[in-house]
Amino acid sequence: MLKFPIYLDYHATTPVDERVLEAMLPYFREHFGNAASRNHSFGWVAEEAVEKARKQVAALINASPKEIVFTSGATESNNLAIKGVAEMYAEKGDHIITAATEHKSVLDTCKRLEKRGFRVTYLPVRPDGLIDLDQLRDAITDRTILVSIMYGNNEIGTVQDIRTIGQICHEKGVLFHTDGTQAAGKIPVDVIADNIDLMSFTAHKMYGPKGVGALYVRRKNPRVQLTAQIDGGGHERGMRSGTLNVPGIVGFGKAAELCQQLMPEEMARLQRLRDKLKDGILAQLDEVYINGTMERRLPHNLNMSFAYVEGESLLMGINDIAVSSGSACTSATLEPSYVLKALGAGDDLAHSSIRFGLGRFTTEEEIDYTIGKVVEVVKKLRELSPLYEMVKEGIDLSKVEWTAH
Amino acid sequence: MAYSDKVLDHYNNPRNVGSLDKNDPNVGTGLVGAPECGDVMKLQIKVNPETGIIEDAKFKTFGCGSAIASSSLATELIKGKTIDEAMQLKNTVIVNELSLPPVKIHCSVLAEDAIKAAIEDYKRKAAVHSTAAQSA
Ligand SMILES: Cc1ncc(COP(=O)(O)O)c(C=O)c1O
Ligand code: FES
Repeated sequence: MLKFPIYLDYHATTPVDERVLEAMLPYFREHFGNAASRNHSFGWVAEEAVEKARKQVAALINASPKEIVFTSGATESNNLAIKGVAEMYAEKGDHIITAATEHKSVLDTCKRLEKRGFRVTYLPVRPDGLIDLDQLRDAITDRTILVSIMYGNNEIGTVQDIRTIGQICHEKGVLFHTDGTQAAGKIPVDVIADNIDLMSFTAHKMYGPKGVGALYVRRKNPRVQLTAQIDGGGHERGMRSGTLNVPGIVGFGKAAELCQQLMPEEMARLQRLRDKLKDGILAQLDEVYINGTMERRLPHNLNMSFAYVEGESLLMGINDIAVSSGSACTSATLEPSYVLKALGAGDDLAHSSIRFGLGRFTTEEEIDYTIGKVVEVVKKLRELSPLYEMVKEGIDLSKVEWTAH
Repeated sequence: MAYSDKVLDHYNNPRNVGSLDKNDPNVGTGLVGAPECGDVMKLQIKVNPETGIIEDAKFKTFGCGSAIASSSLATELIKGKTIDEAMQLKNTVIVNELSLPPVKIHCSVLAEDAIKAAIEDYKRKAAVHSTAAQSA
């Protein structure tokens, strides 16, 4: 039985897994203690729970528990990693390298640092969504202190060659931070093998609660130091003060443990469903373009552009399916997705894009329904589209003199 | 964002979708917007040259739901009007009728522009036609 609306926006957030919620509840009720209370059992119980979660979270990414700093989410982790390194290593250099397709919490952090006098290189991406490794090598100078390149992209799902990027950074003696928000818990991430020095991730993208995340901070080869961005009681070894969100952290730990256990099976299942969705749509519609490479991609991501159909009107037609679009009409700023623009495919394809994010609770029936619905609505909207009509008449849209407004 | 019932109605049952023969001297065609901006409207009118009354109107729109609804409503509003009356139609009429939120006002402006462009195209063609007729 299908239940509506169908949720296919797992890159935005995920529902909390029942098992995670069960694990959290006692820490709202009887075990409500402050993990920093050293003098009584309420504190000890809370602290023990936090340390168990720290082990679970560390195990997911092959880190040691001491390398995990709990935060309020990936936005804070990105801020802490980038600003914390910039301030700590300011004497060593003033140059940071990142990429055009990063999340806003990385890009805007870098912009802030530029105002404070740091220099930032924003690497472009190739049409497949990946950075050019030679360009990265060339961009690194003796003033470079940090490279920040995300693991898996939140819009187009492309997975950068993190291991090689980390290797390049280590050869050049530059720290490497990655925003692992969309990758952790979804695909194997190993901070040792992948040469990662700092990694941000968050519970709510892996069936845990919102408002809790972590920053992995490498302790040896090299030992990474950070300037704290939130001062106070010196929690999290002084790197992030503030009373720990014990229920949230417990939930994060349980969510990480489940992701680790379920990963092989979940990856295979979601990739099969994702490919079914892709092939089902491509078989029935012409002029559908896939944004970003299919070769290196999160197994649960699909991002497509339906030429001559505007994204918001498509969302409106498939309103019993929750997805998102890179179209300008759906954004508060009326700008199309900067990630899709960075691929260089032309703004018109960004306006026509839909992101599908599959997840743990996605069913085969939901995918079958989605294929049918998308095909039906795209066909209907193309009948309404002056662009589709013009192309069918043999007009080259790029040669038309549009009245831009 | 929630859509008003009227926007949903026009989106689900758009009025006057289609095309008129753009080579017909009594047909004016307006094509406004740009694909890179995410909105393109084509609005066509068929005018009775004797009375100046818009006897038929058709549209096709690439754009958000509010843009589709705005152009659908625009064709309804101008049908049966003279081209001079239609020229006076303000986008605010569309905004009020569809209860468009502020971010969607430009979609109604586009519809107003499309009407004007169609009327101007018709007038241009009519002028060419009459000078051609005179010189013959
Ligand atoms: C790639 C990426 N980085 C960072 C974030 C921010 O995470 P959070 O919501 O935990 O602050 C998100 C989620 O929106 C994301 O997709
Ligand atoms: S056409 Fe873009 S907001 Fe209406």
